[in-house]
Amino acid sequence: MEKSLTLREFIITRLIQASGYSAILFVALIFFFLLREGLPTLAEVDASSLLSIRWYPIENYFGILPLITGSLIVTLGAALIAVPFGIGTAIYISEIAPRWMREILKPLVELLGGLPSVVLGFLGILVVSPFLRVFLDLPTGLTAFTGSLLLGGIAVPTVVSVAEDALDAVPRSYREGAWALGATHWQTIWRVTLPAARSGVLTAVMLGVGRAIGETMTVMMVTGNAPVMAVKLGSLFSPVRTMTATIAAEMGEVANGSTHYHVLFFIGMVLFLISFIVNIIASSVVFRAKKRAERILS
Amino acid sequence: MKKNLPILLFPFILLLAVSCRPIDGNSGNTSDSPANYIENKGSDTIVNLALAWAETYQGEHTDVRISVTGGGSGTGIAALINGTVDIANASRKIKSEEIDEANSKGIDPVEHIIARDAIAVIVNPENPVHELTLQQISDIYSGKITNWSEVGGQDRPIVKLSRETNSGTHVYFLETVLRLGNKEDKTLFSTDTLLLPSSEGIISEVRDNPNAIGYDGLGYVPDDLKLVAVATEAGMPYVLPSIETVNDKSYAIARDLYMYTDGQPTGVVQQYLDWILSEEAQAIVAKLGFVPVKK
Repeated sequence: MEKSLTLREFIITRLIQASGYSAILFVALIFFFLLREGLPTLAEVDASSLLSIRWYPIENYFGILPLITGSLIVTLGAALIAVPFGIGTAIYISEIAPRWMREILKPLVELLGGLPSVVLGFLGILVVSPFLRVFLDLPTGLTAFTGSLLLGGIAVPTVVSVAEDALDAVPRSYREGAWALGATHWQTIWRVTLPAARSGVLTAVMLGVGRAIGETMTVMMVTGNAPVMAVKLGSLFSPVRTMTATIAAEMGEVANGSTHYHVLFFIGMVLFLISFIVNIIASSVVFRAKKRAERILS
Repeated sequence: MKKNLPILLFPFILLLAVSCRPIDGNSGNTSDSPANYIENKGSDTIVNLALAWAETYQGEHTDVRISVTGGGSGTGIAALINGTVDIANASRKIKSEEIDEANSKGIDPVEHIIARDAIAVIVNPENPVHELTLQQISDIYSGKITNWSEVGGQDRPIVKLSRETNSGTHVYFLETVLRLGNKEDKTLFSTDTLLLPSSEGIISEVRDNPNAIGYDGLGYVPDDLKLVAVATEAGMPYVLPSIETVNDKSYAIARDLYMYTDGQPTGVVQQYLDWILSEEAQAIVAKLGFVPVKK
């Protein structure tokens, strides 16, 4: 009996281990696939042409800078909207709201997270973009800002959900300690609960940003897809073309193995690289914060 | 307890088996299908017409199944080259590179002109501009003219709308209007031209935005938008697009629509293409706002 128990234990542990490793395997396979399809770009297109500011693939203009800046500006805008709103909502739900309110709010926010992005895109085309055009007196309502607003809306539920869990996991004794020292409710939230939940909140922000940068359907519908360099502040209020929308709009058309096909995969690589860098920065921040906390405590 | 091992492994084996399947399954898609099944794919401009034809034809020939999908002319031709469709719809002529690629895969694209189409230039009904020369439209889209006041309109910025680059309409508009049919001309769309993924996107933005100018197939323009009369040159008459002006060739931005098959069609595909050129099928063409081919 005891022997079979250890055997069972062994098998289960190995299975769990295997599923853990499978995540690494899948990421590696995807990355390998991207490299295989994307790297030929470097042989087919000059670096100077790749870093030019004209994207018009059917005439062999493969400048990807407008697409990168387009994605960055939309994502930055979305983060500026989603992070304060998301963390604010999470703090309200976790720390301030009465119990009955929390029980209404949390499922509602999660429901918002389940909204298909194409539906938000419709909302964007029919409501948000005409409204912004008239309200801000823009030439057109299909702008980076419209995309940012909607992506912010998509990212908020992710940020709220993860950040709220992190805040909720902070032991009650921390708060009680702060209150016992005479801290006000706000001081407790700002100086104790939020820093204690820091790594979870940062994860929430990263997941939200990741959701925003990878989102395709909504941005394709509302940002106008004009491949202009988005480097000025005003670019936020003019049309841009993102990397994801470019891949989605053009992938269906390209001949397998053509230069254009390889460049689209190359853009995929850049996208992968950007989210990789974002993740590394996030985890190094979390790591450093932890070390500092350990130093103070010891 | 040892007996449990194979049971625990079973899901993984299943997973492996399933993940291997599509690789064998993919290539034989068309050869598996029955002989009276026609796979028809390509231009979004033609998709409504192709659907209407397919429906009518299947109503008369209940033994034939026709599947119609859109995606753009490039998509259709790429599918023909890859051997996954019987008929590719295209709103532009096949490019020489595409013919080379097809030949290298043993495919011989044969062209059939099946209807004509006019591209209408559209503006918001509030916009007072009602006629433009081809040169003016070219200058607007290439970014040389940026304000409506330069072409006799109000003092408003021009918002240029175009289909995505995978649309045959886009390529046709580039060649015929932006470059005025001149093959040496390297004029491009200005980068701030909005590239919208669908006809509906262009129509809804033009309907809503008095700054906008767009273009689309005549068959897709609803009545509440304003058509612009086009002159080939300054001093020439301005012509509104209509079935008559396209057929008598007085409207400048009109083109032929194509279906491509691999080699001369045979069997059901041949019967279907013959029927498409019949009077009955060409009546459907006119009904959808396209222009019938004159036999």
